[in-house]
Amino acid sequence: MTEKKIRVLIAKPGLDGHDRGAKVIARALRDAGMEVIYTGIRQTPEMIAEAALQEDVDVVGMSILSGAHMALFPRVMELLRQNGMDDVLVVVGGIIPDEDMPALRAMGIGGVFGPGTRTDQIVGFIRENVP
Amino acid sequence: MTGVLDRLGPPTRLVDDVLAGQVRAIARAISQIEDDRAGAQGLLAALHPHTGRAHIIGVTGPPGSGKSSLVNALALHFRRADGERQPKTVGIIAIDPTSPFSGGAILGDRIRMRDLAGDRGVLIRSMASRGSLGGLAWATSDAVKVLDAAGFDLVFVETVGAGQAEVDIARTAHTTIVVEVPGMGDDIQAIKAGILEIADVFAVNKADLEGADHAVMALQMMLDLNTGGAHTVMHHGRLMEAFVAQATRLARPEAHRGAWRPPIFKTVATHREGVGDVANAVLAHRTHLQESGDLAWRERERAASELETIIQQESLREVLSRTDRAEMNSLLDRIVRREVDPYTAARTLLGNH
Repeated sequence: MTEKKIRVLIAKPGLDGHDRGAKVIARALRDAGMEVIYTGIRQTPEMIAEAALQEDVDVVGMSILSGAHMALFPRVMELLRQNGMDDVLVVVGGIIPDEDMPALRAMGIGGVFGPGTRTDQIVGFIRENVP
Repeated sequence: MTGVLDRLGPPTRLVDDVLAGQVRAIARAISQIEDDRAGAQGLLAALHPHTGRAHIIGVTGPPGSGKSSLVNALALHFRRADGERQPKTVGIIAIDPTSPFSGGAILGDRIRMRDLAGDRGVLIRSMASRGSLGGLAWATSDAVKVLDAAGFDLVFVETVGAGQAEVDIARTAHTTIVVEVPGMGDDIQAIKAGILEIADVFAVNKADLEGADHAVMALQMMLDLNTGGAHTVMHHGRLMEAFVAQATRLARPEAHRGAWRPPIFKTVATHREGVGDVANAVLAHRTHLQESGDLAWRERERAASELETIIQQESLREVLSRTDRAEMNSLLDRIVRREVDPYTAARTLLGNH
């Protein structure tokens, strides 16, 4: 009767309220046939990991523009692991300097998408890498 | 789907973990049911004996009326001890519409439920309607069973919020809360044959806005006109007239008749105003259902309607699985060319053993 849908959590950790980018991505993923759980701004890593667990998502997408990514992303990754969700694909975006990218990849973040990324690139990346 | 795994029996580990209330297992079980994966039926069969304990509360109303905020406030209320009452655990299923074009969905109900984050006694699950009409997804009632079996005391089901025809919730829920907002007074007449008639409890939300008293009055008037009539019938009205139910219909307990008049409360969910009254009315309605015998009656009606749905689905699957594509295409062509009518075509397929 129905088929497997890709479920994606889109969250904005940290305190910056600039959610336009996250909303554009959410809409693009919706238009690509995915189910997007949108949780809004000011999410703690605990809230994000809990939502990912309850919603049984395949992908977690996070956006940060405040510069707090090296503090918040590792915490989210750790909590996802604790919840047994190591296999979830994590993609991030926002303002993330190039020099931080190797560290982010090393902690298991699958994709880092900065300003200027086309939404179809992100859709394609998720489709190819979703567990 | 009667896949290989179904024939092998239920995945016992997953069943045990769901029954133990493990969140990862509950979440996975719901996905399995939503995606109709192999094993879903076996899973539901194994969970069935453990269901029937939760009180299921439907929350419906127009888009933007504050359904998510009200569910958030009610869940917070029930999570606290209140006098003699122990805190209750709360499962929430919140449904948003699937795009008819892309098949995707934005599920945004969690935004209004952030107060519940970090509470292990609450589980929120967002669900896309996936083409189903009537305000629920087709997997909703089975997902409710998972939460019921996992031991949640209360299960809230928040409907899509598309509006007037959204009455399926009355089949799934024990208590249906209809959320209205001020300023729709003129519309109340127009929609009186729709969701208003399935209400067990009314919440006029955003009651700090102008027109709240008018909305309450309009609802009161509607109830005065309906006494003992429409509410009883519509609760399981045309949609409930399942063939299975017709064949097995039991008389509804007499004690029910006219005994419950849906109370109306003004609420401001974001400030928790009036929420305690709504919560108490839900509990009072539960007691009423038990004492009048209506709970048992509803359970049986629900089982009948569920059985019918499953028979429909399964016979469709069976027909499709033994009809080859060429035959189906040729039948469709003949229907379009007016050489055969769809009823005859359907009978041909059904008789094709």
